[in-house]
Amino acid sequence: MALFQLSRRDALIFALFALVVITMPVWTAPFGANYSGLMQKFAIYAIFAIGFNVLFGLTGYLSFGHAAFLGVGSYTAVWSFKLLTMDVIPAIVFAIIVSGLFALAIGYLSLRRSGIYFSILTLAFAQMSYNLAYSVLTPITNGETSLQLTLKDPRIIDLAFGERGAGLPTASLFGNTLIGLEGFYFCAVVLILAFFLAQKIFASPFGMMLRAIKSNQTRMSYTGFNTRPYALTAFVISGMYAGLAGALLAVTDPLAGAERMQWTASGEVVLMTILGGVGTLIGPVIGAWLIKYFENIFSSFNEGILSRFFGFVAEPAHDTVVAIASKFVGEGWQLTLGLLFVLVVVFLPGGIMEGVRRIAALFRRPGTPATPGAMRTQPAE
Amino acid sequence: MDAILAQLLNGLDKGGAYALIALGLTLVFGTLGVVNFAHGALFMLGAFCAVTFRYLITLETITIDETQVTAWGTPLEIRTPLAQSWFGDWGAVLIDWSVPLSILFAIPVMLIIGIAMERGLIKHFYKRPHAEQILVTFGLAIVLQEIVKAIYGPNPISQAMPSALRGAADVGVWIGLAQGAVTYPLWRLVYFLFSIGVIGAVFAFLRFTTFGMVVRAGMADRETVGLLGINIDRRFTIMFGLAAVVAGMAGVMYTPLLPPNYHQGMDFLVLSFVVVVVGGMGSLPGAVAAGFLLGILQSFASMTQIKSIFPGIDQIIIYLTAVVILLVLPRGLFGRRGVMEG
Repeated sequence: MALFQLSRRDALIFALFALVVITMPVWTAPFGANYSGLMQKFAIYAIFAIGFNVLFGLTGYLSFGHAAFLGVGSYTAVWSFKLLTMDVIPAIVFAIIVSGLFALAIGYLSLRRSGIYFSILTLAFAQMSYNLAYSVLTPITNGETSLQLTLKDPRIIDLAFGERGAGLPTASLFGNTLIGLEGFYFCAVVLILAFFLAQKIFASPFGMMLRAIKSNQTRMSYTGFNTRPYALTAFVISGMYAGLAGALLAVTDPLAGAERMQWTASGEVVLMTILGGVGTLIGPVIGAWLIKYFENIFSSFNEGILSRFFGFVAEPAHDTVVAIASKFVGEGWQLTLGLLFVLVVVFLPGGIMEGVRRIAALFRRPGTPATPGAMRTQPAE
Repeated sequence: MDAILAQLLNGLDKGGAYALIALGLTLVFGTLGVVNFAHGALFMLGAFCAVTFRYLITLETITIDETQVTAWGTPLEIRTPLAQSWFGDWGAVLIDWSVPLSILFAIPVMLIIGIAMERGLIKHFYKRPHAEQILVTFGLAIVLQEIVKAIYGPNPISQAMPSALRGAADVGVWIGLAQGAVTYPLWRLVYFLFSIGVIGAVFAFLRFTTFGMVVRAGMADRETVGLLGINIDRRFTIMFGLAAVVAGMAGVMYTPLLPPNYHQGMDFLVLSFVVVVVGGMGSLPGAVAAGFLLGILQSFASMTQIKSIFPGIDQIIIYLTAVVILLVLPRGLFGRRGVMEG
């Protein structure tokens, strides 16, 4: 079927990607990251970043409000758990639909402007959603205490077939509970599907249109295309990806808080995409993994671990080294993140994927044409 | 009528802070063409200049008086602030007025920080795309705020205002209303007058000095000014330092209203960007007008009468205004054509 075909190169990348994702519990073990809570985050935020990249990477529209869709997805999924059933399929479907509609409304208005005006409009809509979720919409969002499951939820579909259990129920897929590693594998399968869809979008004529918007919107409209429907479709698709990620967050932990919609969360997905490499398929995934890894592992370091790590340093310098290093981990992990960020933007504006390309270009025999990305000229400094 | 006047006044001090930050943002954008996400961090650094200054002048010497004994049976410790031991009674006045005085401390510090920032990092980003400028300054803002957090800790540090300015002014009497009809905290009034003064000074500097004239010429056409043999880069660097000083002074004077914490820069930055865009990217009068406009609108929206009609309006008014203005007037209130589009 043509719908499921990929070019040979894409099929190879897809197979490798699926392999890497499925074997994540194995290769994360040496880094101390092979516990399911963190790996679930790896998968979920990779989906979020892939979706963001469909908009930012292809069309060049920098949205600073994507966390709003993540939050809407989470709220919808938790409401589906509360009202209908603990099965994840309806929750995910509803989350995608609702966040898609939400993205349609916001995108329709925001895409009337471009450049930084578009960024500020999306930021304004996201901040409005965040502030409203905290204040007036408390009946829907439960405000500061976050929306969560209770023992009195109606759950009409579940209760039509069975008795209410003693404790709080957990999310399930056709009756199989999704806790721990099973939850991770579920997210991993969704991630692989999401990646496949992104590959299809990147390779399709529609993806080509989006790239045309990025490179020269004026010329595209002079050739007779109305660019706005294409950009709006990309915006809605990436909003749906964010809603999907939000629903998965609710699946792994049925709790939805407004802080997921704050602008720092929107900034985080921008960071992930840039760090990995804008406009590449793999880049955002790598960026998401790195940032989530830093957040979880570095922030759990403490002075004791550092003291052992720097055990080889002689005594008078030892305490100083530990004291300096401790500013960069634990509470101060964001300092590391900020520095990393500055260094990447200064020295490697194309993100990690550009670094990989540059290294690959070193090993390529002279004479063979390099990939277009490697030819990117750097402005003189 | 009284209530409207009171709300108008309430919006002025916050509007003043927005206007000062937005002014600095616009100066940097207009001269260097850089979208500076670290500008809020400069506001925050200014606030911590006040904290540092107060810390320095309240350093104490401890002398132990063996002849006297406290209730716990230990020798009495007499703590004297250094300022007091050096300047006598003037020292106490100095400590009382530490917030306004720390402006004198903040100006050179912020100038150095601003120039170091521009020379060290931002000058490499003039020709890069705006997205990369946003990202590198965003990273820089995180670094600055984390450094402040590492030094001063995560909790807000409250700063006392001078005792002479602690009361409220009976503003209503000045315009012929009944006594006590409209009162307004003195420090907020001071903040408003201060922001007006700084804004006036910046405009006068750009308007009436040769330096300002060259900078304005450079904003209009950088290349031609350069070809005339003027070192425009150096002047723009100084303008960046000036913008940092404006943000820093705004931060210093805001400390009694909001105890400085390490993340306040980001909170103000998001709002200030909205202000800049509402005013029109690159327009200095626009930034000032939009700053006061949004400050006043926010204070009106938090009136109970209005909140009962539109619940939650106080939370979203600024963003809602921004959305409406951007959709109706694409370039903001005073924006020029072709700035930051495409």
